[in-house]
Amino acid sequence: MSETAEAQVQDEAAVEPKEPLFSAKNKRLLSDPLNDDNPITIQVLGICSALAITVQVKQAFVMAVSVLFVMIGANLIVSWMRNLIPSRVRIIVQLVIVAALVILVDQVLKAFVYDVSKQLSVFVGLIITNCIIMGRLEAFALGNKAWPSFLDAIGNAAGYGWILIAVAVVREFFGSGKFWGIQVIPDAFYEMGYFNNGFMILPPMALVVVGIIIWIQRSKNTKLIEEN
Amino acid sequence: MSNAIHKFIENKVKPSFDEGGKLEKFYPAYDALETFLFVPPHTAKKGAHIRDGVDMKRTMIIVVLAMIPALLFGMWNTGHQHFLATGEAATLMEKFLFGLIKVLPLVVVSYGVGLGVEFIFAIIKKHQVNEGYLVSGMLIPLCLPVDIPLWMVAVATIFAVIIGKEVFGGTGMNILNVALTARAFLFFAYPTWMSGDKVWIAEGTSAANNFADGSTGATLLAQATERSSGFVDAAGVAYGDTFWASFMGWIPGSIGETSVFAILIGAAILLITGIGSWKIMLSGVIGAFTMGLIFNAFAVNEFMEVPAHMHLVMGGFAFGIVFMATDPVTASQTSTGKYIYGFLIGFLAIMIRVFNPAYPEGVMLAILFMNVMAPLIDHYVIQANIKRRQKRAVPVAA
Repeated sequence: MSETAEAQVQDEAAVEPKEPLFSAKNKRLLSDPLNDDNPITIQVLGICSALAITVQVKQAFVMAVSVLFVMIGANLIVSWMRNLIPSRVRIIVQLVIVAALVILVDQVLKAFVYDVSKQLSVFVGLIITNCIIMGRLEAFALGNKAWPSFLDAIGNAAGYGWILIAVAVVREFFGSGKFWGIQVIPDAFYEMGYFNNGFMILPPMALVVVGIIIWIQRSKNTKLIEEN
Repeated sequence: MSNAIHKFIENKVKPSFDEGGKLEKFYPAYDALETFLFVPPHTAKKGAHIRDGVDMKRTMIIVVLAMIPALLFGMWNTGHQHFLATGEAATLMEKFLFGLIKVLPLVVVSYGVGLGVEFIFAIIKKHQVNEGYLVSGMLIPLCLPVDIPLWMVAVATIFAVIIGKEVFGGTGMNILNVALTARAFLFFAYPTWMSGDKVWIAEGTSAANNFADGSTGATLLAQATERSSGFVDAAGVAYGDTFWASFMGWIPGSIGETSVFAILIGAAILLITGIGSWKIMLSGVIGAFTMGLIFNAFAVNEFMEVPAHMHLVMGGFAFGIVFMATDPVTASQTSTGKYIYGFLIGFLAIMIRVFNPAYPEGVMLAILFMNVMAPLIDHYVIQANIKRRQKRAVPVAA
């Protein structure tokens, strides 16, 4: 992946020497999805996976990395092919590209982190239908060159990933008293009568946690505060 | 006397809370306490929509008063169940005192934590402390099992007040009933403390060995789901006539919900003062009874054969329909809507109770579900009304 990206970088630089690689516009492609235009909390996309696989930090991390990979690959390929794809069949072409990448990810997960792959189960396959990926392909990669598409992919996948991991940290801490599978709430607490919160393990609580993140984000970020 | 106190507060205490005063920040807290004691001098500044002669604080106080019979009975019953389980003989006073010591901390924690959260939000958001919590604070302990740890009550109260109410804009803006949000939170978060046959009797785990014949410590609903056949007889052995026992309330259960009789006293207070909606209560009872009859007609298992009138006195149905379904904020606002809303609560409560053994207390889920649906019901009632009136109107000649 890094090689192709670098090749692309050189290519871009040769053709358009005027725009620096990290121009203000390109930087915003990276930073906007982290906060002002976050795919989960602002655009409310990809919620289903955010609810389903945020019980443990490990799962959420693997999911975030998988989405990052698929997203970069799909955005780059679609961006390169954008002038060859007839617009009538573009959705099918995009689907094929994403599906190929997802199968790749799935096989890698099965080979190297089998237990996590088991836990993620169907949700790896469901990356294909993740609204964020299709949305970015449609809205961005189809109309932009490879380098901005690459940055856009990283930005959005990171924006998705950090919410996922943040929710998972909260849920795993209160739901199982653990972080990354390691117990962090000392036994003394349990002996004193502390109990893990079973509600945190259920999907509705993920929705509440995402809601709380949206609440905090909106009250901190003045751009997002709506009039009335 | 009270005039002198009021004057003293007005002249000496108030200035430090007013704008520019030392404690300006805490004005909401001062305001809450002052209006708690004295009728506030404010008058409406714009055109007022008068609904009632009493202000909200006094409305809430009446609801709390209406819950007192259930609370007192709950205290007695806590002691009664405990001594029944241990097999000790005890006088009425001993039972009551035992229950008082068990129940009072729950009430104190619920009020302390809930009002604390309200005060913090009032100070941050610079609005007055709302009195809505006065009722929720009493409802929360009454709908819990007596042995629940206090910190769980505190966590649930914080969750319910913040997520159930404050995120939507505070009192009067909440979609879900706050007390039921707290109970649902506990039910899903700490299921071992909220269901089963060990939680309903104070210190039940240690006393479990001595249970009197036929008494299991389980609520009637749990017995109905688990043993299905003949639970009425089994309960009858332990408590006398089952219907009468669960009407009067000397059976295990959440603190305030066992005695339908005490709840009916509360219902009478709510209805006489016009604070609770009789439409919701009546249609709720009809809904539950209808569902019970339907089950009886198609009885394919023993739980479905439970007579319809038993459903009205078992579990938290009476408590929920009297004190929680009638919450004016979360219920339907339109008159027709109230009938539909109440009926569906009763109907769904019994349906969940019988069909899903994992959730014997269907009333909680039914009320929460209908809370969410209430605005939808109102919408269609209003739309239907508009259509009807449009039809009736003579079309202007074109």
